[in-house]
Amino acid sequence: MLQLFRTQRMWHQHDLKDHYDVVIIGAGVHGLAAAYYLGKQGIKNVAVLDRGYLGGGNSGRNTAILRANYRTAEAIPFYDESLRLYQELSQEVDFNVLFSQIGHLTLAHTDTGVDGLRVRAEANALLGVNSRLVFPEEIKSLVPAMDVSKAAHAPIQAALYHPPGGIIRHDAVVWGYARGADRMGIEIHPHTEVHAIDTDNGQISAVHTNRGRIATNTVVNATSGWCSTIARMVDVDLPIVSHPLQACVTEPLKPFLDKVIVSATLHVYVNQTDRGEVVIGAEIDPYASYNSASTLPTLEMMAAHALELFPILEEARVLRQWSGICDMTPDFSPIISTVPEVRGFILNVGWGTYGFKAGPAGGKTVAELIVTNKTPTLIEPFALSRFYEDRLVGEKAAAAVSH
Amino acid sequence: MSFLLACPNCGERSVYEFRSGGEFRQRPPASVSSHEWARYLYLRKNEAGETTEWWYHQLGCRSWFLAVRDTRTNLVKETYEHD
Repeated sequence: MLQLFRTQRMWHQHDLKDHYDVVIIGAGVHGLAAAYYLGKQGIKNVAVLDRGYLGGGNSGRNTAILRANYRTAEAIPFYDESLRLYQELSQEVDFNVLFSQIGHLTLAHTDTGVDGLRVRAEANALLGVNSRLVFPEEIKSLVPAMDVSKAAHAPIQAALYHPPGGIIRHDAVVWGYARGADRMGIEIHPHTEVHAIDTDNGQISAVHTNRGRIATNTVVNATSGWCSTIARMVDVDLPIVSHPLQACVTEPLKPFLDKVIVSATLHVYVNQTDRGEVVIGAEIDPYASYNSASTLPTLEMMAAHALELFPILEEARVLRQWSGICDMTPDFSPIISTVPEVRGFILNVGWGTYGFKAGPAGGKTVAELIVTNKTPTLIEPFALSRFYEDRLVGEKAAAAVSH
Repeated sequence: MSFLLACPNCGERSVYEFRSGGEFRQRPPASVSSHEWARYLYLRKNEAGETTEWWYHQLGCRSWFLAVRDTRTNLVKETYEHD
C-alpha cells in the first residue's frame, strides 16, 4: 500500500554546474518544449533557468486557448503544426494535458469583419486547416447561450468556425514537458535569475546568474515579458514593446458553453473551463508596462462585453483577475531566429498574445535550429532580419484580440 | 495598474483620457542607410524602468507632451511639453 501512495517527483533539484551545452532562459512552455525536443535529439547537457517558478509567467497566465486559423501563409502552417503536436502531447509526454477540442468561433459584427473572416476561411482551406464561415442561425445552434439577435448592441453577422480549436490545461503542458525533459537528464533550475551574459569575439561564452557563472556557447532567450531586458545583456535591441494583458475568471457555473468565443470588435474572448469557471480575456492595456497589477476599467470592459454576448452571466461573480506581460512586435508575428551579431544567441520571443498556442512548434523548431545549425523552413519567415528586409508578416487581422 | 498623468495643460487626469505614443526617439537625418532607418522605425529600448515617452491628451486638450514614467511601477516622475 505504501508503495501505491509514494509520490514521484516531476523533476529534480540540482546544483548548478559550471558548464552546459545549451542554456535556456525561461521555464515556460517554449523553453521547456525546446529542452524536451533537444533531449529527444540527444542533446542532454542542457539547463533551463527561470527567475520564478515553472510556468509562472505567461504560460500560467494565458487563457489556454489553442487554434490554427490564422491569416497569413507563413503563420497558418506553423500554428497548425503546433496544434498537431498538442493533439498528441498527452501520449508524447505520458501526462494528461486535458486538451478539449471543443471548437473555436471568431465573431464578426461588421461587413469588414465578415470580409476578414472570409479571407481567413479561404486561406485556411488552401492550407488544410479546418475552418469555415457560419451565420447566425448555425451560430445559435452551436452556442445556444449567446445573444445572436439583431437587437444586440453589435449584432453578430457571421463567425469563423474552427472545429479543431479548443482549450487545454496550461499548467499540465508545462509540467509534462518539464517531467519529460527531466527524465532525459536535462536540468531545470527555477529561482535562478540571469544577471549578465558574456560574449567573446561576438560568440556567447557565459551566463551569470544569482547562483553562479555558467560557461556555455548557446543561449536561448525564451522569456516572455522580459525578452528585451535579456537581449539588452548582449547589446541586441528588439522590435518589441511589452504591454500587460488582463483576464479574469468567474465562479464555477453549470456547463452552458462548449465553444471558445472570440470577438475582436468587442475586445473580448470567453470560454468555460471543465470546472465550470468562465474565463474572460481582454485586449492588451493601451500603454507599455512591466507592471502586472490588474485594473478596474479593464475589468468593467471585460464584464460589459462578456455580458453583451452572454446575458446569462448577469449574476456571475468574478473570482480572480490577473495579467501577463506580452511582448508585442510591429507585425504581430514572433521572432524565432539567430542573431547575426551574436553567435550562439537564439531568440524565441515576441510572442505577443499568441505564444501559448505556439509552444510545441516553437520549442521543436528551436531545438532543430540548435541541432542542425540551420533554420527550419517553418520558422524562416520569423527571422529578426525581416525588419531590415521589408518582409514583415502582418498577422494583426487574426492575432490581435483574436485568441 | 492604471495611473494618473499630469497633462501640462489640463492637470492630473486618468490615463484612460490619453493615448500612448510610445517611447521618445531621436529621428535620424534622412541621409542614414536603410539599415539605420529600419532600426529607427522598428527597434525599441522597451526599458524596464524609467522611460521618456509621448502621450496625447485625446479626451482633453488634444495636445502631445512627454512624460517620464517608470514602467515597472507606472509612477510618473514628470511631464512636460516638447520644445
